Amino acid sequence: MGEWINTILQGLLLGGLYSLFATGLALSFGVMRMINIAHGDFAILAAFAAIAVVEPLGLSPFLVLLVIVPLMGVFGYLLQRLILNRTLGQDILPPLLVTFGFSIVIQNLLLVTFSADTRSLNVGELGTASLALSGEVAVGVLPLIIMAVAVGVLLGLQWLFSATPLGRAFRAASDDREAAQLMGIDNRHIYGLAMALAMSIVAIAGVFLAIRANIAPSEGPARLLYAFEAVIIGGLGSFWGTLVGAIILGVAQTIGGKFDPGWGILAGHLAFLAVLVVRPNGLFARTRDR
Amino acid sequence: MTLLEARGVTAFYGDFQALYGIDLKVEEGETVAVIGSNGAGKSSFLRTLTGLQSSAPESIRFHGEPIGGLPAHRIVALGLAMVPEGRRLFPSLTVEENLLVGAYSKRPGPWNLERLYAMFPILGERRNNPGTALSGGQQQMVAIGRALMSNPRLLLCDEISLGLAPVIIKDIYDALPGIKAEGTSVLVVEQDVGQAMKVADRLYCFQEGRVSLEGRPGELGREQISLAYFGV
Repeated sequence: MGEWINTILQGLLLGGLYSLFATGLALSFGVMRMINIAHGDFAILAAFAAIAVVEPLGLSPFLVLLVIVPLMGVFGYLLQRLILNRTLGQDILPPLLVTFGFSIVIQNLLLVTFSADTRSLNVGELGTASLALSGEVAVGVLPLIIMAVAVGVLLGLQWLFSATPLGRAFRAASDDREAAQLMGIDNRHIYGLAMALAMSIVAIAGVFLAIRANIAPSEGPARLLYAFEAVIIGGLGSFWGTLVGAIILGVAQTIGGKFDPGWGILAGHLAFLAVLVVRPNGLFARTRDR
Repeated sequence: MTLLEARGVTAFYGDFQALYGIDLKVEEGETVAVIGSNGAGKSSFLRTLTGLQSSAPESIRFHGEPIGGLPAHRIVALGLAMVPEGRRLFPSLTVEENLLVGAYSKRPGPWNLERLYAMFPILGERRNNPGTALSGGQQQMVAIGRALMSNPRLLLCDEISLGLAPVIIKDIYDALPGIKAEGTSVLVVEQDVGQAMKVADRLYCFQEGRVSLEGRPGELGREQISLAYFGV
């Protein structure tokens, strides 16, 4: 019994990491109506950037977040202003193609720079530390920290979107681009800020992934897939739904993996399909078709 | 003093030319109406004024400054606000949030939430409802209020009576004197000629992308207007 509780707890906390991946994706879809195919690759890029800084300088990976997160934010803003804004319009294909191109370019740049070897970020004893809840049940400290950060990010976004002029501008621009412009909102700037936020969050996700596991340059697309699944299970337009989706995916994967290590990922996909059959719009969809 | 001066404004949608050199003026404190049938170019003209449609820089002057072709958000910041056709409220925002988005450009001036709730009390009562959950007339009040929140020098109203019951239209137009009293000039686009004649100091009629008639409502004859409106 204790073993099963442990498995479910692990899955639940894995959801925290998946939620960090999914939130950035949900944000860029929610505000810009744009799907960023290179989302997972940007996370891996941020992780390798962290590795490149941490290894020679011997810094703590947590300290590196203070540098990588704002750096990816600035990069995200420039990327949106200089390139992605030009792809937005009635047609949804151009942003897909351009970000797909980015995905390929990033993977190959990382391959050339860091080789195909897997790498990770070492946090010493914290990586294996655990908290005993009872005789049989224990949770890892690191997954707990990641979940706490994920919840913190969602609380921050909820406050931003519901209580600040910037958040209102995000929602207005998402509802009706043209009417938002008529209210004095500069969409290009607003989209830049939304992408800066998305990139900052995905940078956190990438660094945490490299702390938890080994990463390789080709891993981005798999991460994108999990993020997609979490967003769609939760329902488009709902940040908290994204967390629930991520947790469902995490629990399904760990339970599947308990039966057979090879079944984990498959179980996640099956859970995703099962939700799609029952609730095609996701569990907490708020986005309206227009 | 001339607030808005359009000279030879043209507009194209691809190969299709919607406007063929529109000349139009709005003096400070004036209410000007633009009438015309469907497809006469009224909405295209407003889209050009607000920067949603591109135009030559010198073709539109606002307070003497060339604004043609500026991005829409810069034009709003200069004091030109629009109540768009079909209201275009933001569905995921409440009434109050819709109004607050209107204040995004932070122009100083007389209009704020309190003033608007005093002018349209029903909006105060419904402030926490989704904007799109209101009746058509109330939504139109939100759309007007949202535009006023930017404290414009010139308010553009695109077909604000469209699809509303006559009694509601009267309520909406009754708000105009209060808006003018704050020093805001108004340009209304109307298909309803009677309504336009009632509120306007001066009137322009568009036909097929050109100004077919211009004058003061009292000085224009019925047949003259009918000819300018329908072209027959």
